[in-house]
Amino acid sequence: MADVVAVSAWWTPLAAALLGVFVWGAAAFDGALTAGSRGMGPGGSLTRPLDGVARLLRQRRIVTLSADRLLWRVGGAGLLVAALLMVAVTPLGRWTLSDLDVGVVWFNAMDVAVWAFVWLAGWGANSVHPLVGGYRFLALALGYELPLMFALTAPPIAAHSLNVGAIAGAQGHVWNIVWMPVAFVVYCIGVLGFSLWGGFGAPLASDIAGGVRAELSGVDRLLLDAGRLALLVAGAAFAVPMFLGGGVGPLLPAWAWTLAKTAVLVAALVWAGRRMPVLRPDLLLEVGWLVLLPAALLQDLVVALVAVWVR
Amino acid sequence: MSILVDIVFWVLGGLAIASAVMVFVVDSMARATYALAVSFVAVGFMVLLLSQNYAGVITVLMMLMEMAIMAVYMVMFMGMNPALMPMSMVHSNKAAIAVAAATFVVLGGGALLVPWPTRRGTPPAHLTAALGRALMGDHMLVMIVFSPVMVATIVGGVVLASHRGRYDRMGDDLDRRPPRDPAPGGVGER
Amino acid sequence: MTLPLVLLGAAALFAVGLYGAISQQVVVMVMMGLEVMVNAVVLAAGAMWWFLAPDPTGQVLILVVLGAMTVEMATGFGVATLWHRAKNSDMTDSATDLAG
Repeated sequence: MADVVAVSAWWTPLAAALLGVFVWGAAAFDGALTAGSRGMGPGGSLTRPLDGVARLLRQRRIVTLSADRLLWRVGGAGLLVAALLMVAVTPLGRWTLSDLDVGVVWFNAMDVAVWAFVWLAGWGANSVHPLVGGYRFLALALGYELPLMFALTAPPIAAHSLNVGAIAGAQGHVWNIVWMPVAFVVYCIGVLGFSLWGGFGAPLASDIAGGVRAELSGVDRLLLDAGRLALLVAGAAFAVPMFLGGGVGPLLPAWAWTLAKTAVLVAALVWAGRRMPVLRPDLLLEVGWLVLLPAALLQDLVVALVAVWVR
Repeated sequence: MSILVDIVFWVLGGLAIASAVMVFVVDSMARATYALAVSFVAVGFMVLLLSQNYAGVITVLMMLMEMAIMAVYMVMFMGMNPALMPMSMVHSNKAAIAVAAATFVVLGGGALLVPWPTRRGTPPAHLTAALGRALMGDHMLVMIVFSPVMVATIVGGVVLASHRGRYDRMGDDLDRRPPRDPAPGGVGER
Repeated sequence: MTLPLVLLGAAALFAVGLYGAISQQVVVMVMMGLEVMVNAVVLAAGAMWWFLAPDPTGQVLILVVLGAMTVEMATGFGVATLWHRAKNSDMTDSATDLAG
């Protein structure tokens, strides 16, 4: 398989639109699962996200006393930006927006930016519950980030490159997930983590009145929620070149396989997130550092040995 | 390099310096910390524009993470109502300004007056790979020295900062179960 | 862009950081000053590399600078935490006993 080619920056709106479609789909799927768990049929689940968007767009903005608006808005909108910047280095089949030679590090930098954005969204409101939520997220992030970093290391070791396209191209017919299952699982946990989804929802939990989201309303709330789902989608899309063979697949063209794999992984992550209990940050820290981190390091060791041996 | 890249580069440079100044001007802890983060991100992208992709992106990564943690320390150690109280705690302000100005004159003068040599050599085609090979080959000593320094830093930082060690939790013979913890759950819990 | 101009910018960054490191009373703010100075060093090293000798060896220097900053931050936070716990203070003026 040939390496990817960088397309013109004019395709960025299309990538953003594609991200939007996936976010909408993920929201619809999530809504359908919610409806199913309440014994209702899936009818109307495709339009329900639009209803939510329309409701939030018409809602009046609540402003708290002496809120730090600049930081608050930056934090709320930042998640969406970070997701888009992740997508920028993720190849769609044979095309990519940016063929950065350190694409994996770039992705990592963007998911670290989420630390800052969520904390800022919590801080800016100048209100107790969002601030507690912001701190909870940092505690969670300390737990999932280090294992995530070492999970991200495994595919580049195997491919001898930090370029995402090269990693996708190096897989051939044995997908990385086959011999890096631990790294894949740890990576997926990290994706759930930086999109505050499922078990990582403690910063938004109801015991602190919605946490980071408590004072957010209208457009700001829409941006934060869309940003979370966009991060989930971007994380899933990035897993395709990293672990799922990129665009490899029979019959269909490479771009279609990339989209199909992304869709399946997004659905799996949305579903799995809903099945998780909400994790207490301090407990996740211990699980992350005492279980996931050594497991990811062992996985890296195995991959490194194989990479050296095969070469 | 094209004009556009030049413009972006100088805008980033201005942003880096302006936000570094803001760090010591603004009176909000969060704004000061994240102004520094902006300064670092700007420099990271400048290094990226100077074709050092790995160093640039890793600067952005490290500094965003560090500033997110830094903000927590700021709030923890300042010991004041974070959002409402203005923050200005300086001493020997005038002397500091004088020293900084003198330093700028000396360094800046040097930058402008020193006859810099012409460029030697050209960048390798695959710079990141070349950097990796340098680190793992000719310059492996750097990594070898750095590893124990990092380990020592981790151990030293934890020893300095940790309030309660395992003997506090589990007793002198490490046999207290469950351990005495402020919140239940965790390592050593049966 | 030329080397002297970039270095001039780095010098400005360095001076700002030096001002902060000298004038600030709170330990964390002093560390921020040091960080700005390191930031200037990163920029200067990156510019020197590109304009003078673009071979991989020079890049190792930037990584060393970043590593040094990591050590500074970790140790600094460790000491600050210990000291805050012991003295409930975070001002450099009251830390004269650390000069021991």
